[in-house]
Amino acid sequence: MTAIDLDAILGASQFPVVDPGGVTFVYRGEADAVRLRCWIDGLPASQSFERVDQADVWVLRIELPENSRIEYKLAVVSQGREDWILDPLNPLRAEDPFGANSVAQGHGYARPDWTIHDPGARGGAIEEITVPSAAFGEDRHVGVYVPARFRRSRQYPLLVIHDGFDYLRYANLQVVLDNLIQRLEIPPLIAALTQSSNRLEEYAGDDAHARFVATEIPEFLQHSFPLHPSPAARGLMGASFGAVASLHAAWRYPGAFGRLVLQSGSFAFSDIGHHRRTPTFDPVARFVNEFRRRPGRPAERMYLSCGIYESLIYENRSMVPLLRHHGIEVRYEEVRDGHNWENWRDRLQSALTWLFPGPLWMIYE
Amino acid sequence: MPDVLILGPQFRAPNLRDALARAGIDGPIATITAGWQEREGELGALEEHLGRRVRDLRLYERAEAAFTQDPDLHEAYRRRQNELRRMQDLYRVRLAHGKAAARELMGLGDGSDLARRAQRSAIGALRRLDAEHLRAIAGTHAQFDAKWAVGRRPVLARQFAELEHLLEPARIVCIAGGHVAVLLNRLRLFGLRRLLRSKLIVAWSAGAMAVSERVVLFHDHPPQGAGNAEVFEAGLGLLPQTVFLPHAATRLALGDRQRVALFARRFSPAACLTLDDGSTLHWRRGKLVAAEGSLRLARAGGTSPVETGA
Repeated sequence: MTAIDLDAILGASQFPVVDPGGVTFVYRGEADAVRLRCWIDGLPASQSFERVDQADVWVLRIELPENSRIEYKLAVVSQGREDWILDPLNPLRAEDPFGANSVAQGHGYARPDWTIHDPGARGGAIEEITVPSAAFGEDRHVGVYVPARFRRSRQYPLLVIHDGFDYLRYANLQVVLDNLIQRLEIPPLIAALTQSSNRLEEYAGDDAHARFVATEIPEFLQHSFPLHPSPAARGLMGASFGAVASLHAAWRYPGAFGRLVLQSGSFAFSDIGHHRRTPTFDPVARFVNEFRRRPGRPAERMYLSCGIYESLIYENRSMVPLLRHHGIEVRYEEVRDGHNWENWRDRLQSALTWLFPGPLWMIYE
Repeated sequence: MPDVLILGPQFRAPNLRDALARAGIDGPIATITAGWQEREGELGALEEHLGRRVRDLRLYERAEAAFTQDPDLHEAYRRRQNELRRMQDLYRVRLAHGKAAARELMGLGDGSDLARRAQRSAIGALRRLDAEHLRAIAGTHAQFDAKWAVGRRPVLARQFAELEHLLEPARIVCIAGGHVAVLLNRLRLFGLRRLLRSKLIVAWSAGAMAVSERVVLFHDHPPQGAGNAEVFEAGLGLLPQTVFLPHAATRLALGDRQRVALFARRFSPAACLTLDDGSTLHWRRGKLVAAEGSLRLARAGGTSPVETGA
């Protein structure tokens, strides 16, 4: 790197430095080595920074197509020790259940405005209820989103959301619902937010879980809320293993849900032999293989999305023609993002308006 | 033609009280809030804003009651609505192609006579499609009215007499926004057009659309679909030659000259007028005497402030 380039880079007001073709990461400090750790399928998981002119400045430029968004950490090696840290020069962070990552937004990416709190939007409320579950043999806590201006005289669609509290915390779900309802892009709806402490097992094609979300939650809520009974007004949603759980529950209970949102589904499968993932995916692959043999029609309409930087892109792409072949209305989106909550957040408008189109064209208040 | 005061949306920054005062309009007020559906008649915020009590006609509630009391009427109404929805779906298919052709031709950047003629022809086809659609809808309504209209069903006749009585002391009728189809259907079901002709009308958002000659639904950037503005129904026709566009600032791409030009030319000679927060348009004896905060879509693209005297 030339001195002029370095001046330009160090004179930047925001880090990493974004240009139309890529992103330049900068680290300043004593170190023996600095590496970029990010999770882009197809690129090395670790890429080394270059030290500039013997100074304590480390630089790495990577190609990053327009509208990309990636999450990363810096691995700083010093005196034989490697620490993974957030990028000290970058204030952008994304949180998830495992902590936080730094975020690099590629050229052209802009956070959608409907993910940001609108003081003019009427706010819904979250209630916590306990649902007795015969399927699990215990009570389960479920959050319920109740829209603003809720009326008992009206019938509402129901959307059951796997990892609903994670969606609230990491994907701004409540703000998104408030905004989309306020904008009339979706109708006012009731959302049931589930959370499992054992999701890798319960979400991996587990019949008890399917019974819980497909029958026990709707039946319990039916007593407390005026829910529209039609399958077209029943949605089930999840990301990653939550997408597997959604598809499985809808498949086991056809007619229970007319609408599905499957984000970055962990749809491991094998056409022959064993799947290529860890043993955690064994029950998932058993279900998905079975599903691929006889998919039936678990819902009338589905929304699928996946980041093209995810290792799951192949599995998700493979699902789409299969679903369409069986008469399911599918909207599928690929984006330049990874397996993370902000990717799933940014897709919520497309997903929810596909499931439940709002009275946008009819209401002029 | 009654005096009509048209306003922009009232839920974030209401200007109804000021507009009435500036127009010198005063007197007992009746309201129509059927567009609010289940929230019909929840007048607290409106009365607080006005600083006075008003009387709501409860058209939504009356329709529900009429449907309960007269199942045959309800069934016929539902059948008509299904037919209208199907007609709208079929119209949309044709509209999508016609609109795509007009947009493509307007986007050629070809100023030749041949290209201009092709554009005019494409827009003319859209206008004919819109007109044909409106005629078909009018035919469906005429059939329904011939059999089920106010005078022919006791349940509706009773409601009509009550409404006439309720409206008698009112000098002003405020028609609020909300669900434009629900509102318009109730206005039509109870034959309100005739009763409203002798009143001062104040209408906003969907209410303004309902009293105009033609209700046009629009959104230039919906999350799903192409965003083709569509003719939905004839309005009550209390204000001829106007198309009202509530929430235009957020729903229309007013900076897209080609889109604006197509909109204005398609609905010409009607004036396409935006209604946003603070908009006020006052017609007295058919003449626009006051205008504020409203834009007129221009045939050449772009917008200009609405001027009085139109």
